[in-house]
Amino acid sequence: MTTLLQTLLVTVVALPAAGAIVVALMPASRDRGARIVATLFAAAGLVAALVLVLWPYLRGVGGDPMLEPWAEIDAAWVPALGVDFHLGVDGLSAPLVVLTALLTLLCCAYTVGKVPAGGSGRTLAGLLLVLEAGILGTFLALDLVLFFVFFEVVLLPMYAVIAGWGGPDRRRAARKFVLYTLFGSVLLLLGVFTVVVAAGTGDMLALAGGFGLSHTTQYVAFALFAVAFAVKAPLWPLHSWLPDAHTEAPTVGSVILAGVLLKMGTYGLIRVGVGVAPEGAVWASPVLGILAVAAILVGSLVCLRQTELKRLIAYSSVSHMGFVLLGIATHTVTGLQAALIGNIAHGVITGLLFFLAGAIKDRTHTGALADLGGLRETAPRLAGLVGFAAIASLGLPGLAGFWGEAFAVVAAVERGGGLWLTLAVLAAIGGALTAVYFLRLLRRVTHGPATPAVTGVTPVSRPEWWAWSPLILLALAVGLVPALALTGTLDPLAALTGALR
Amino acid sequence: MTQAVNHVALLPLYAAAGTAILILLADLFLGRFQLAAGLLGAAATAVCALVPRDTGTFCTGDLCSWVVTSRAALLTLVFAGLTAGVLALSAPVLRQGYAPKGEYPFLLACAMAGGVVVAYAGDLITLIVGLETLTLPLYVLVGLRRGRSLLAGASAAVTFFLISVVSTAVALLGAALLYAGTGALHLVALRDGTGQFAPLATAGAALLVIGFAFKVAAVPLHAWAPATYDGAPVPVAAYLSTASKLGGVLALAAVVQRLDTGPVVAVLAVLTMTVGNLVALRQTRMVRLLAWSSVAQAGYILAPLAAGAAGVEAALAYAVFFVLLEFVAFAAVAALRGPGVDGGDLLAYRGAGRRNPWLGAALVLAFAGLAGLPPGLAGLFAKVTVVESLISSGWGWLAGVVALNAVIALAYYVRAIALLYTVPQSPGISVLDPALLPPRAQVPLALTTTLLVGAVVAVLAGFTPQAVFDILAG
Repeated sequence: MTTLLQTLLVTVVALPAAGAIVVALMPASRDRGARIVATLFAAAGLVAALVLVLWPYLRGVGGDPMLEPWAEIDAAWVPALGVDFHLGVDGLSAPLVVLTALLTLLCCAYTVGKVPAGGSGRTLAGLLLVLEAGILGTFLALDLVLFFVFFEVVLLPMYAVIAGWGGPDRRRAARKFVLYTLFGSVLLLLGVFTVVVAAGTGDMLALAGGFGLSHTTQYVAFALFAVAFAVKAPLWPLHSWLPDAHTEAPTVGSVILAGVLLKMGTYGLIRVGVGVAPEGAVWASPVLGILAVAAILVGSLVCLRQTELKRLIAYSSVSHMGFVLLGIATHTVTGLQAALIGNIAHGVITGLLFFLAGAIKDRTHTGALADLGGLRETAPRLAGLVGFAAIASLGLPGLAGFWGEAFAVVAAVERGGGLWLTLAVLAAIGGALTAVYFLRLLRRVTHGPATPAVTGVTPVSRPEWWAWSPLILLALAVGLVPALALTGTLDPLAALTGALR
Repeated sequence: MTQAVNHVALLPLYAAAGTAILILLADLFLGRFQLAAGLLGAAATAVCALVPRDTGTFCTGDLCSWVVTSRAALLTLVFAGLTAGVLALSAPVLRQGYAPKGEYPFLLACAMAGGVVVAYAGDLITLIVGLETLTLPLYVLVGLRRGRSLLAGASAAVTFFLISVVSTAVALLGAALLYAGTGALHLVALRDGTGQFAPLATAGAALLVIGFAFKVAAVPLHAWAPATYDGAPVPVAAYLSTASKLGGVLALAAVVQRLDTGPVVAVLAVLTMTVGNLVALRQTRMVRLLAWSSVAQAGYILAPLAAGAAGVEAALAYAVFFVLLEFVAFAAVAALRGPGVDGGDLLAYRGAGRRNPWLGAALVLAFAGLAGLPPGLAGLFAKVTVVESLISSGWGWLAGVVALNAVIALAYYVRAIALLYTVPQSPGISVLDPALLPPRAQVPLALTTTLLVGAVVAVLAGFTPQAVFDILAG
């Protein structure tokens, strides 16, 4: 007996998939129509996701709604492999679900107005919907094997988006992306079955807290999971696919990639890595912490030398994801909360930054920082938005970027001991470097005399305002009321980490 | 001693052999309808396989030489489906006279009969006879091409023939040694040797595995495959890499179930997948790429067999999903290329997916499945099955090798996929020039139908893999 809520849960994943099929079946001559249909499906998906996530507030659910998934569906799919079609939404996944649905809608709407060169806009919009289905499935899956299946769904569509609509060097970048991430996901496959075979179940709710798996199993599983998700997140030194992919991908591809695709790595590390193999997580946390801080510092230092706009934002992602991973590595509730809010903030702000970078590149036909400059003179609103996004990204208190970075450092201090204090100090220095390179970016792009490239750029159009304003508002809202992203995370996180105390 | 023969149990074989005779008669007396006869016969074979029966025949005591199981029925269904599919793929080739209209379907039907025997075989002799019946017609089919590039076909056929004969001899020697060592011939009674006969039986088992490994083109016994596939007409190459390979897998599975051949099979598996994938990276011709990739795929099938009986189900499941996807890939290639032409250079496919969106989509589905990725969910579950089976039977390192190989394999699959959608550009012009795209393929109805059926079955199998597992589990 499926309830209304369960139907809604399946709808959230099925709606984008259905939309992709509808778009694929529409005749090629109705290209614009197909893009509008895709946008409508994405909008319906966002509504469904919002209702699903807000359900406990709208209707109230018996029991403790925050500790357990408030919507859950569990049906056998492939019993021979122990795969259940087990979806559920709880405090950990809810904000990411909304973010995914929102960014997909914005990207679909963006393609209605503008199709990057390389292929039909209809196909691009369809691929965005397939991506959404895969990402949402990953966030909602409560079965390990199902999680893996959804994790794989996004691989080829993202490859196609980069290789089909990307920049001049798109093929190499796309190939690098797909091979790196497949490497990650085969490790995930090995890890998943290490756990499933040892435990006899793939139910993540049952497995949370270790399920009495032996030390060795947990160590092996966590090592596999950590590398797998470190590729996706990405964690230095496995990050080298990211700058290429981000730089070459079309605007919508970069937005989805930075906004939510990377989050599959960090979410997976929390939900699967820490959740299923907690002892392994504790065992590996110093290594993870050191690598995360290395990522922060390397990312920041590389950013200081970047001369290309999108590449700079891409490397800043490496640095920001370093903070998220540092939060996870501390293995404290504070750290994990910092990671979760860092996830959301990075998704919103970097999504906005890539939209803006795309808009600037479309107008000036260059991404070289040396050729830009004086944007403030010719397009004050656009320059203002770039300033806003950059300041949000560097972690100014009151904007979304602050909480994740500050509290990752706080969590490292809380963890105590020489190693973690050192890491906290280094991470804080990294945070300062973030400010340096973003201010450098602003100085180069918005200030100074207007270069020939930026003279006569068109002002921000109405569709662009529509596409960007939700992100701007969210960056403000999450910054002012971090509880928006954190409500309902405390109990699941305490349950995840509490297993060890 | 006379044996009671259970003719009902033999129905699928009668139907398959009858198909060949029907084609022969149609060719002799009517001079047409040979293909229709073949399709009809294949359908009859499939129906006969579905007739529920629970006993075997040719039994001595409890041991039967003809064993009826649901697994055998499923595999017969697959053999019949593949034969029908390849017949349909060949329709344009035959219509335009690239191959003789009567002999070609006749030989395919004979091969199908061999496949049916392999599926139901209960002892080693029946198994080897079935395997030979399956491959013998293929030597002729490979060389059977009128007109151009006769030489390539002939040399491919001779290579294939020589290597296959040697492998059969090796397998027979193995069977003989095993019989001498243990006195067992029936598959369910096979056992490792004891006492002074142990070395004899072990050598026999190893030789059997090696002999059968030729049939699945396992490294280092693979060299015939790429040349043969590329020299043969595309539909025949499709048959070679699906039905013929499935026969070899069945034979191997039957042997490794009861004998301790783990190390030999593991070495073969690792070599096969690694060499196959690495060489496939450098291929520039479509059919050679598919050939080397199918060598690599044979490695994934062999891997779970290293675990013995525990891995048989996974290996067979992988094999069934693999032949489905491989068939779709070959069918799409045949449709894109047109009759009487071989697979051609990879570069000839540049932009083909843009010009023929649905054919391109079918090929992408097949390649994605072979790489083990969605949307080819069947391939994903095939890979998952193999890894699950290896990890649960304690062969974790082999699972790791399989996983890493999947990454190497993706490199050439995405290269081929990307080519389908590359825009050919004339120098200096950055806009899409329709004149540079390959012409829109004129696909005959028979081909379209085959491809559609194949793709739909592959997609359905991807969403309901449990059906396949249930049947294989018996």
